[in-house]
This record gives sequence, structure tokens and C-alpha cells, in this order.
Amino acid sequence: MNPRTATARQLGLMSCHDCRLLIETRNPQAPGRCPRCGAHLHSRKPNSLTRVWALILAAIILYIPANILPITITSTLGVKQKDTILSGVIFFFQTGSWEIAAVIFIASVFVPFAKLMILIYLSLSVQFRSTWRPKDRTALYRLTESVGRWSMVDIYVLTILVALVKLGAIATIEAGPAAIYFASVVVITMFAAESFDPRLIWDVIEEDYDGQPSG
Amino acid sequence: MKKSNDTSEIDAVAHPDVTAVPTLSCHNASDVDRSNNSFSQPPRSSSWEVMACPDCDMLNRLPKESKAILLCVRCGALLHRYRPNSIDRSLALALAAFILFTISNSFPFLTMKKSGIFQETTLLTGVQELWKQGLYELSLIVLLTCVLAPLIQMLGIFYVLIPLKWTGRPAPCAIRIFRLVQEIAPWGMMEIFLIGILVALVKLGHMATIVPGVSAFSFGALIFVMIAAFSNLDPSLLWERLDLRR
Repeated sequence: MNPRTATARQLGLMSCHDCRLLIETRNPQAPGRCPRCGAHLHSRKPNSLTRVWALILAAIILYIPANILPITITSTLGVKQKDTILSGVIFFFQTGSWEIAAVIFIASVFVPFAKLMILIYLSLSVQFRSTWRPKDRTALYRLTESVGRWSMVDIYVLTILVALVKLGAIATIEAGPAAIYFASVVVITMFAAESFDPRLIWDVIEEDYDGQPSG
Repeated sequence: MKKSNDTSEIDAVAHPDVTAVPTLSCHNASDVDRSNNSFSQPPRSSSWEVMACPDCDMLNRLPKESKAILLCVRCGALLHRYRPNSIDRSLALALAAFILFTISNSFPFLTMKKSGIFQETTLLTGVQELWKQGLYELSLIVLLTCVLAPLIQMLGIFYVLIPLKWTGRPAPCAIRIFRLVQEIAPWGMMEIFLIGILVALVKLGHMATIVPGVSAFSFGALIFVMIAAFSNLDPSLLWERLDLRR
């Protein structure tokens, strides 16, 4: 690697997480607060991997009821029909509106699952000190961070349906028990992505190169 | 990687003004705008600033007031984007967004017609209905992500930018408010709600006649205006202007 490059940590500097101010740290163990914006300073997000693993575990557990339990309960003329996320997708696919089926499938099934898998992969790769394609892994992280919020689509559709379809005996839609589990999965994976520190990917490479842990 | 003899250069870092670190041996930031060939010119220390990449911690030396998009030399993270007239533009757009937001929340966005029965819904009736059904957490999530977060963002922008524009000095607690605006940003999900409206339109299309209301259209416009307001916001400029230590 180019000897004319250095990271902030190698030079004893810290970048404020909130306002990006570069600060020289005299005491790396207790850096205190940013002199400009008052945010707590830290060289890396505190306990990043521990937090990510805990949140991933919680999300996996909640992902199961989110997909097994019904998310909508439709009563039409006294007949109740319970739909899970997947049965909704299948219904749309069969009735011909495959575009909607694709939107719901990608937002509600594929994105949360892919996000969990990517976060697990990234955490494992840091834990096992992988040096494989760090730039691509960082890009992967940025992707998960920005794409995860789109899973909320199903929750909003539900909100609209519940508010709109209350025609007494003719048709009513109620939210099923899966809704809260699903919303939790989305929120928890958003927190998990936020807790992951992509700089850990690069730390491994620097430490390997220097032959000793830095800073 | 870095050689150990470079550590002597840490002394040159005049805390906290890191912009005055000409001796810091940092790699140049890659300049995406290839038409602007200023990068090959020798750097003048006063017009450069050093920034640690938020994604990989690499120190990048960036030309100040560059009109190019600057990416981290190592991981490709976006470090700087040219935002001319940032304060005026984001204020104007935030004001437009605020008006559209008021309209969006005052009128029904969808009306359902079925056998002579009309059912209208506004954003807040959806939240209310979830609350009535006992789904309190869900109701709060929708309220926070589609109403409160965007509202806090817009009001926060007004609070921070208006005093800066007219008096040049930051308002009291402006720093705390701006941090809140930045932290709440990922939780504002109105654009996702719009997709939700579209999906609901199709979903109910076979059941009943669905008429999109005024609010649906103002919602559509709001999303673009809101995103434009935030992409014109220049956090690094604002942090410099808000800095009370000057």
C-alpha cells in the first residue's frame, strides 16, 4: 500500500461521528465530547460487533412469526380470510398483477432476508479477519444501509388498507399479528446496520500490514 | 501503510483547526470531475482540507470549495458534493415542502367508493385506526416515520437556517437541533409511504372504486421537494457556520 497514506486512527486523530471534525485525541480511552458539536467521540462505533450480533439474532427470531402469522385479516360478507406476507404475494401473482407481487416480494421478503444475510456475512468477515475485497464489502454495507428502509412499504399498505376498508359487513380489513413482528424486523435491522462500523473492515487490513494492532 | 517515522508529523496538527495541516502526508482525493483538471496542479496548503473518510477512516486531502464530486481514495465513499447557494436553496425548498406537508395532512389521500358508501382516509386517520385496533406500537411507528420525523426535519431546517441567513449568527441550541435533524433523517420515510399508496391503489382496485385525493398528489410533489431540500443542504458548510468556537 502507498506509504503516503494514513488513517485518522494511525495518526492519533478521531473524526466526530456527527460533524466530521477531525480532532487530535490525547486520551484515546476517554476522548470525551466533540468540541464543535458536543457529540460523544469515539474512534470506532462502541461495541459495534456485539451490538450487531445481538440485533441480528433478535431480527432472525422475529422474522419467523413475521412470515408465518397472518398480516391482514379480511372479512368480506362474514367470511374471514387470513393472509400472510407470502400468500399475499402469491395472490397478486395469480391474479395477474405481477408488478405488485414483485414490489411486495422484493420489499417484504427479499430485502429483509438479504439484509440479514449481508450483515451476518460482514460481521463474520470482520470477526475472521478477512482481507478479501474490502472496497466491495464497504460498498455492500452502504447498499444495505440505504435499502433496508424500503421494507416498510408493507406496513404502510396495511395502514392505508385498515383505514380505508371499513365498510361494516361488506368488507373490513384488520391488521394481523404479523404486522408488529414485521415492523420490528425492519426497525431492528435498521439499527443493526447503523451499529455496524465499516471501518472495522479496513482495520483488519491495516493491522495485518503493520503486523501489530494500531492505536 | 504508514511508516512509523511519520508520527513526528502529528505535532504539526494544530488542534482543532485541521485545515492547516499542509505537512500531513495524505493521499489526494480522487477527483471524479475529470473535466476539471485542477487536480494536477500543486496544492496550495490554504485551499485544502483534511477529512477522515466516515466509512474507512482514511485521511483524504480535499480541495476546498471544489465543484467536483469527491470520493474517498480508498473505499469510494462520497466525501463532498458541490452544493451552490446551499442555505438559500434548502430554505426555499424546505418552505415549499412545509406547505405541501400541511396540504398532505389536511386532505384525504384516498377515497373509496363502494355501493354508495364513501370512505375517506387521511394520513392521520390511518394512524388513528391502528391505535383503535390496539396496534399501538405500529401506530407510533407510522406516526413517527411519516409525520413527526419529516416535520422535525423541516422545522429543524428553519430553526437552523433562518438565523444564519438573516443575522449570520447561529440560533441558541442550533447545534443540538442540527444534530437531531441529521440523526432523524433515516427515519423519515414519506417516499416509502407513497409507494404504499400506489400498492394500496392497485390492491383495492378490484374491490371498489378508489379515487386518489388532493393529498395523494401533494404527497407525490412533497417527496421530490423534500429530497431536493435535503440534497441541497451542505452539512460541512453548516457545521463551519454553526461553530461557536470561532
